[in-house]
Amino acid sequence: MQSAKAPRISATVILPKLSLQRLFDNLRENGFQLIGPTVRDGSVVLAEIASIADLPVGYTLQQKPGNSRLERTQGTDYFACTVGAHSWKRYLHPPRIDLLEVRRKNGEWTFEPLKDDSPPFAFIGVRSCDLHAISIQDEVFLGSALRDPHYSQRRQRAFILAVNCITAAPTCFCTSMKTGPRVQAGFDLALTELPDSFAIEIGSEAGSDALGNVDWQPASAFDLSRVAQMTHRTEQQIQRQVAINDLPQMLYERIDHPYWETFTARCLSCANCTMVCPTCFCSTVEDRSDLTGHRATRTRVWDSCFTLEFSHLHGGNSRPTIKSRFRQWMTHKMASWIDQFGHLGCVGCGRCIVWCPVGIDITHELSTLRSMGAR
Amino acid sequence: MSQAAILNPSGVTDPMLPYPAVVRAIKVESYGISTFSMEYVDPSAPIGFAAGQFNMICLPGFGEVAISISSDPNLPKIMQHTVRYAGSVTRAIGRLKVGDVCGLRGPYGNPWPMQLAEGKDLMIVSGGIGLAPLRPVILDILHRRSSFGRILMLYGGRTPQDLLYTDEFEKWQDGGIEMHVSVDRADETWKGQVGVIPMSFYRVRLDYRNVLVFSCGPEIMMRFVIYEALARRIPKDAIYVSMERNMKCAVGFCGHCQVGPVFVCKQGPVFKFSTVESFFNKEEF
Repeated sequence: MQSAKAPRISATVILPKLSLQRLFDNLRENGFQLIGPTVRDGSVVLAEIASIADLPVGYTLQQKPGNSRLERTQGTDYFACTVGAHSWKRYLHPPRIDLLEVRRKNGEWTFEPLKDDSPPFAFIGVRSCDLHAISIQDEVFLGSALRDPHYSQRRQRAFILAVNCITAAPTCFCTSMKTGPRVQAGFDLALTELPDSFAIEIGSEAGSDALGNVDWQPASAFDLSRVAQMTHRTEQQIQRQVAINDLPQMLYERIDHPYWETFTARCLSCANCTMVCPTCFCSTVEDRSDLTGHRATRTRVWDSCFTLEFSHLHGGNSRPTIKSRFRQWMTHKMASWIDQFGHLGCVGCGRCIVWCPVGIDITHELSTLRSMGAR
Repeated sequence: MSQAAILNPSGVTDPMLPYPAVVRAIKVESYGISTFSMEYVDPSAPIGFAAGQFNMICLPGFGEVAISISSDPNLPKIMQHTVRYAGSVTRAIGRLKVGDVCGLRGPYGNPWPMQLAEGKDLMIVSGGIGLAPLRPVILDILHRRSSFGRILMLYGGRTPQDLLYTDEFEKWQDGGIEMHVSVDRADETWKGQVGVIPMSFYRVRLDYRNVLVFSCGPEIMMRFVIYEALARRIPKDAIYVSMERNMKCAVGFCGHCQVGPVFVCKQGPVFKFSTVESFFNKEEF
C-alpha cells in the first residue's frame, strides 16, 4: 500500500470501493461541500452528500422519451445510475441567486452587490456529457471581457470528480455529439467503476492531494484494459444518433419548413427541456421591494425561451407561437450556438428527451427534418 | 479562449451593477414620451459613449430597461434617454422628477460606424421613436459637418404628434442636413408630406456608390427601407440597422435578446445589414 504518497498527475490508481469514503472525508476536511447523486422523491437528484452510502447504490434509472423510473437492482455499483433531471448548473448557475440589494437613504439609492456565500463545491460523479456542458457554460459566463462574478467564483473553486459511464440510457447520444462517454479533460479526478474497485485517473494537483492518505495502488496494465473495456461497452450501448457535420446548414435550410407547425400541436411549451438542459443559460431578473420602498433585492432566476414573456417587447412578442419558440430552442442548440460560441450547444445527455412530458425526442426530430429535404 | 485563461481571470467586477444617476432635466417630447437627462452621482463612474449605444436604466423594485442614449456623444457627462411609457419600468421612469436618483449602467452595444461615414453621403432613415438612437449621429455630424458629404434625413411618424425633437429640426436643417419629414396620417395642422417613410426615397436623388444608410424604426419599416435602398443599388454592406429585443442583462448572459446567431446586446443593436440579412425578415425568428 502506498498510502502516504500522493499519486502523480495523469496516473491511474486503483482504490478499494469503500476507500472512496476516505476521499470524501478528505474533500470535506478541505472545506468542500460534496454534491452528488442521491435517491430522493423516487428519483435521482443532485444534493449534498456526506458518505458513499448516500450515492444511489443498488439503483438504476430506466429512461425513455417522456419517462424516467428508478429501479432497485441486485447490483452494488455506486455509479450505475445515468443522469437524472438535475445538472451541475444548479450549483454553478443556480436557479435563483440574489445579485444585489438596493437601499434608499435620504433620497439617495445605493447599489450593494451581494456576496455569494456558497461554499466551495466538490462535484461527485460528473459525467463526460456534463463536463462538456460545464465548459460550454464557461464560454457563456466567462468567455468574454465581461464575466459573471457569481459563476466565476463558484466555478473557480469547484472540485470535479468525474465518472466514466458504465451504462448508457436509451436516451443518451453523447457519441454523436463527441462528448463522451469517456471523460477526456477538465477534471480533478476521473473515476471508472470496476466490479471490485474504482480506477481513478488523476487530472490535477488538487485531485492528487485529495488522494494523499487513501490506500491506493498504481493501476496495472490489466486494470487499464478493464477501464477501456468498460467505456467501450458503454459506447456500444448507445443507440441514438445525430449526424452533426452539416447540422447548422441542414436546419437553416429548413427554417421555413411546414414541419415546424407540428410542434404547435405536440409541444406543451412547458419549458422542462430548458430547465433540465445542462447548457441552457437563459435567465431573467426579478426585483422585490419591501413595504417601505426603501429596500429592494434583485434576483436572477432561470428563464426559458419557451415562455411568452421571454421575447416580450412593447410592440408585442417576437415569438408568439409555440412553433417559433420550439424552433428557437432547437436551432439555438443545434445551429446558431456554433455562430455564437464556435461549437454546438448540445452535449447529448438526453435529459430533454426524458423529461419532456410528451416525449418529444430531439434526435428523432432532427432526422425527420433532415429526411424531409430543404424548403 | 483557453480553459486556463477562462478559469483564472484577474479580478472579476460585476457587470450588472448599476451606478446611481440623478435626473438633471426632463423634456416632454410627445404624449407618453419624454427625454430624461441623467448624470452619474459618482464622478468616478465610467463616462463616454458612442452614437447608437444604449444604457440600462434601473428603477429599484421595478427592474431594468434598455434605452438608447439620444444625446450628443461629444458631451458625454449628461446622457439623454428618450423613453416611451410602455411597460412597468418605463412607466416608473415616467414618474421620476428632476433631482430623483435611479440606477444606470452602460454604455453597451455596437455603435453606428461613424468613421466609415466620414467623407461619404449619409442617409438617416427612421420612424417614430427610432430617431432616438440616431439623434447622437446628427448631433455629432453638426460638430464637424464638413467631414461628411450630403446628409439626408428621412423621418416619419404615424401622426404629427408622434414626431420627436421637432423643435430642433430647424437647427438641423440650418446645420446642413436635408430634412424629409413625413407622417402616415396628417391632421389639419400638418403642412408637410404624407406617406410611409419608404415613399420618401422617391423624393431624393442620391449617388448609390457613395452613400451609407443608417436606419432605425419598427422592423416592418426597416424591411421596406432596405427594399428601397437595395432597389437603388445601394450595396448591402452600406446599410446599417438598429434592432430591438427584450433584454435583461445587456452583457450576453440572459439570452433574451438572441435573434438566430446574434445577441442584439453584444453584436448589435447596430448591425450591418449583410450580417442579419439571412434572418432579418424571418417571421417569429
